[in-house]
Amino acid sequence: MKILIQLLITSVLLSPLQLLAQTPEEQGLSIMQEAKKRNTGFGDTKVEMEMILRNKNGDESRRKMHQRTLEILDDGDKSLSIFDNPRDVKGTAFLSFSHPVDPDDQWLYLPALKRVKRIASNNKSGPFMGSEFAFEDLASQEVEKYSYKYLRDEPVDSANCFVVEAYPAYEHSGYTRVILWIDQNTYYTVKTEYYDRKNSLLKTQLFKNYQLYLDKFWRPDETHMQNNQNGKSTQLIFSHYQFNNGFTDRDFDKNTLKRAR
Amino acid sequence: MQRLLFLVLMCVSCKLSAWEISGYAGVESLGFVHNPIDGSQHNHYLSGVVEADFYHDWDDGRQSFTFVPYFRFSQHDNRRTHFDIRELTWLKASEQWEIRVGIRKLFWGVTESQHLVDIINQRDIVENFDGEDKLGQPMINFALIQDWGTLDFFLLTGFRERTFSGKDGRMRPFPEIDVGNARYEKHGIDKHMAYALRWSHTVGDWDLGLSHFYGTNREPTLLAEADGSGQLRIIPYYEMIHQTAIDVQATTDSWLWKLEAMVRSGQGKTYFAATGGIEYSFYNVQNSGMDIGIVAEYLYDSRGQSQQTIFQDDIMTALRFGFNDVQSTEILAGVIFDRTNNAKFYNIEASRRLGDSWKIEVEARFFSGTQKKDPAYLFRHDDHIRAELSYHF
Repeated sequence: MKILIQLLITSVLLSPLQLLAQTPEEQGLSIMQEAKKRNTGFGDTKVEMEMILRNKNGDESRRKMHQRTLEILDDGDKSLSIFDNPRDVKGTAFLSFSHPVDPDDQWLYLPALKRVKRIASNNKSGPFMGSEFAFEDLASQEVEKYSYKYLRDEPVDSANCFVVEAYPAYEHSGYTRVILWIDQNTYYTVKTEYYDRKNSLLKTQLFKNYQLYLDKFWRPDETHMQNNQNGKSTQLIFSHYQFNNGFTDRDFDKNTLKRAR
Repeated sequence: MQRLLFLVLMCVSCKLSAWEISGYAGVESLGFVHNPIDGSQHNHYLSGVVEADFYHDWDDGRQSFTFVPYFRFSQHDNRRTHFDIRELTWLKASEQWEIRVGIRKLFWGVTESQHLVDIINQRDIVENFDGEDKLGQPMINFALIQDWGTLDFFLLTGFRERTFSGKDGRMRPFPEIDVGNARYEKHGIDKHMAYALRWSHTVGDWDLGLSHFYGTNREPTLLAEADGSGQLRIIPYYEMIHQTAIDVQATTDSWLWKLEAMVRSGQGKTYFAATGGIEYSFYNVQNSGMDIGIVAEYLYDSRGQSQQTIFQDDIMTALRFGFNDVQSTEILAGVIFDRTNNAKFYNIEASRRLGDSWKIEVEARFFSGTQKKDPAYLFRHDDHIRAELSYHF
């Protein structure tokens, strides 16, 4: 009995102690691992995306695409993105096999030539289709792609958040660091700040209207990327999220890329 | 009866609404810098083009039907005015195979300067001198998709002759190619049938292709001969050939390593040709968002300096600029240099979107230092600038 009480006391005492004993780096990592864990098991998704690019004068330009994603449990996810708009690039498709540490494998399909081109995946920091999103912002976010540091707790609007700093562990990133505000209840990202290679604030990204799918997985309806240096912004709107599509590896191969619509 | 009609109409309209329609229409200006060799040729040609894409899929996307008609109307050159069905295909895809029946276009290969292994479709040379436009090819294609790669079987049913400029057109020998008197090694069904097999696979950083083709050659031998009245005629002659080819690309970091090689028998002596090189890209240069790519390729043909090939010992270098701006501005500028006879072929291509639906493309091509023995000598007066403005829907 004495032993039992002692055990109880130690365990009660130990858990906060353990937290205290964690370094900020370990805390940051465990928050991101928990976020990943909560998003594990989604299987596959299908979503329609619209990008609205705005310059300083408020001129708008729109892109439409749809994307299929397959969760790969022991590797990075596979995704297939197909462009619908602007019309001159309609049918252009992009296949990506992401990897936690190694460079991603990427192929581009050019419908006018019927040509599949394997492309180098070093293009991380370049803009995606003239938008304020860089390729690395849209890539599959694997835990291993960054190292982390927990900074503080801080509310965003009414949500209590963990503030975690992430440092790209992959080559060719355009960022020295990225600061993430992660909701303490749901572990989804509410806000992200991107710091350029000179370590000055480059972009601020806000995520809006998270919806719960399959009672487990949170996805935003919208995300807004503001460039703090050039005044341009890009709004990305997600619609028609579908889960449980029954996708297999076969839906993400070069043969499918050639006939993707 | 009325009810039946109503039901039929309902069905037709619901079917129609499931069709996806896209395409483009454009106007083109094709201007030549020098006066022509032949008096019947012109210095400037206006033309119009339209291509539509009708697409419908069902069976959860596993079956589809595609129809792509194409028409170009060209001022002066009646051979360039042409209609083609680029695609008219039914496709069915399953977990381990895909079958396609109908008229199709497809592409094999990895290099940029020329497309040696890309043999299934006939080139639509009147459309563009670069050979990247192709005529629709009737075929039955069965693809077996396995862990060890994809094995494609092709039954190519129906030969398409290469298109060439007419008497009033440019980019042609003098006299013009006598398309109406084309000759064939085989006749009847043998002329029309061709067979091809291709294995392709991705292993890590490597994308590999191995192919064999047997049938009527897509690339005619040009025979110069005198007709009854002693006039010179140039006749296209289509032989039966065997062609075995490989195409390989290795993708590592910012480097693409490329090789295409082939052996062809049946067209004169058996010969070997290859194109190989690299493409290296600098991304987001100086944080401008711009990409700059460097392309360098060597082009070899074992027939050497002959009337059959322009690229027998040539080096191609090019710079590719991708601005990654809202208008998707791109520029490709390059030169192909003949190491044997010092001839040079310059090529600049640029394109940019205007607003949401319009696109402008400009191509400039110049030949210099071509010598009489080189087939490129035919084009010594044909430096040209092509501009096309198109509306995409």
